[in-house]
Amino acid sequence: MTLLKKIIALVAVGVLATACGGDAETGASSSASSSSGGDSTITMGFAQVGAESGWRTANTKSVQEAAKAAGIDLKFSDAQQKQENQIKAIRSYIQQKVDVIAFSPVVESGWDTVLMEAKTANIPVILTDRAVDSADTSLYKTFLGSDFVEEGKKAGQWLVEQYASETGDVNIVELQGTTGSAPANDRKSGFAEVIGADPKFKVIASQSGDFTRAKGKEVMDAFLKANPDIDVLYAHNDDMGLGAIEAIEGAGKVPGKDIKIITVDAVKDGMQALADGKINYIVECSPLLGPQLMDLAKKVLAGETVETRVVTEETTFTQEQAKTALPTRQY
Amino acid sequence: MKRLAWPLGMLAALLLVNLIFTDHFFQIEIKDGHLYGSLIDIFRFGAPLILVALGMTLVIATSGIDLSVGSVVAISGAMACLQITSLSSQDSIGGVLGAAGIALGLAVALGVGNGFLVAVIGIQPIIATLILMVAGRGLAQLISDGQIITVNSAPYKLIGGGYWLTLPFGIIIVAVVLALTAFFTRRLALGLLIESVGGNAEASRLSGIRSRGILIVVYAFCALCAGIAGLMISSNVSSADGNNAGLWIELDAILAVVIGGTSLAGGRFSLSGTVLGALIIQTLTTTIYSIGVPPETTLLFKALVVTIVCLLQSPAFRAKVFRNRRKPAPPAVSAEEKVTVAT
Repeated sequence: MTLLKKIIALVAVGVLATACGGDAETGASSSASSSSGGDSTITMGFAQVGAESGWRTANTKSVQEAAKAAGIDLKFSDAQQKQENQIKAIRSYIQQKVDVIAFSPVVESGWDTVLMEAKTANIPVILTDRAVDSADTSLYKTFLGSDFVEEGKKAGQWLVEQYASETGDVNIVELQGTTGSAPANDRKSGFAEVIGADPKFKVIASQSGDFTRAKGKEVMDAFLKANPDIDVLYAHNDDMGLGAIEAIEGAGKVPGKDIKIITVDAVKDGMQALADGKINYIVECSPLLGPQLMDLAKKVLAGETVETRVVTEETTFTQEQAKTALPTRQY
Repeated sequence: MKRLAWPLGMLAALLLVNLIFTDHFFQIEIKDGHLYGSLIDIFRFGAPLILVALGMTLVIATSGIDLSVGSVVAISGAMACLQITSLSSQDSIGGVLGAAGIALGLAVALGVGNGFLVAVIGIQPIIATLILMVAGRGLAQLISDGQIITVNSAPYKLIGGGYWLTLPFGIIIVAVVLALTAFFTRRLALGLLIESVGGNAEASRLSGIRSRGILIVVYAFCALCAGIAGLMISSNVSSADGNNAGLWIELDAILAVVIGGTSLAGGRFSLSGTVLGALIIQTLTTTIYSIGVPPETTLLFKALVVTIVCLLQSPAFRAKVFRNRRKPAPPAVSAEEKVTVAT
């Protein structure tokens, strides 16, 4: 069956090359090289979380553009933040016999069955941006993405430095991401680990804002009423932070001054708010991992060994840094 | 009114929980020239749900159901924000009204489509509206190009996030729509006709009621409500999110209708019950945030409360549990109740 598919793919490549270029030699050489190397056009099934934010959109674009640049045939699906949709998408990729499956898990748990199906079908799986908690790490080849615990720690470190001379209690509220998702779990634990060293830092309320502006605003509104003394807001992404800013302004307080705000991601709208002084600190979480993903996919399919954990390059931004970085921000 | 006693009791119980566990919950103050407090928040964030549930009530009264409202919410918000971004000045009131008009027009058209599928083609409502529920998210993303559209328009902001005469503007819209709906369905014959179609569409047709027309009007009204709710939701955060706006609001709306005592079998409905049901759901959400239920257990907590509300609502359950105090209601009583509600 795979042989048949490879033949079809080979023919398709040949036809495309000749049809587009009109250059018989290129067509011949490309099909020759693919047959000798044993790799025809790679088909990748990519199951995206959903377009929850500007970050995710940039991530999607990066994957799509990198696939085009690398000559990989990309089958793309959008799970709309629902694990069952994503499992369905992965199952359909297995049925379509794609060469490699990549996906950003909506939540961390519950993937063993479907990943086992992929493994049985001999289709390698690459996790992007979010991890799964499967005990059996042979279920996927590698995990490419940010280190969310590290992001949480960076956010915590800035807070500790800012309030180093503060003697009283520092009341913190936290807007968590989608409950059960890896970034929510890890950004929470990394942050808690760093600030936990000093008892003056108190997380007085922590709720899920589902990574969306609307929920971020709604939850922050409730926080503001239930807790009159909030010093710091830690939001697991920019969008929830942006929603919370509106709630804070509605309460007659000044975001960035009365309540210090730390967020994660550094999307354009977030960077704008940082430059405007409404957010105090952003920990970057880069979505532009498409090219790295395509490299990894090629390596995995060529039978090369890859690191089981590949971390994306990331930084942090203060208000001044945001002003200089903003004009060239892609997403 | 008797039918509303249980949901009213439940709402009171939820508020009591807040009175005990949350400081300042009942405190309402004036801030920046508008009312500010947790109770106001419940109305502000509950307004879209009340609207969607109002439309849903009439659809359910015709023994139908509309699963597509969440998608219509997303489409309307995306359409309005897209139109506003194309304005030369985002603060132009006429431009914003035009954008809202186009979005609501689209919503009504989608509702007429739903009504056509149900009334003329004869597809079961749950299937007919399921089509738009699934396809609508795609349409919303198509309109917004898969992006979150951010707008910066003061007049648009007013719809869902602004205040007028110290009151949240959204709740004023809800009050107007509610009053109009109540007038048309309870002062004019429309409500009776809707209930008649819900009871038996064929018998209604034979007795001279244009069942098809009524059905199409009802689905269009439901979509219009969802469209207005979509404007409110996107205006509240000055952005349109095709993927998440109004996600699962159809389920909350159906729940609000059921808690309010409207039968899913159709044939009768209670507008005040639906408003109460929607307020219970929103109060529950706000309560969860205020008293700090851990996010991991939020859904379970919600489900428990909803189960209790529904059990208390069920005459059969009450008859079993409170057997020693009350006898099961004889059929004659429920018929009488129906009459009182209909008047």
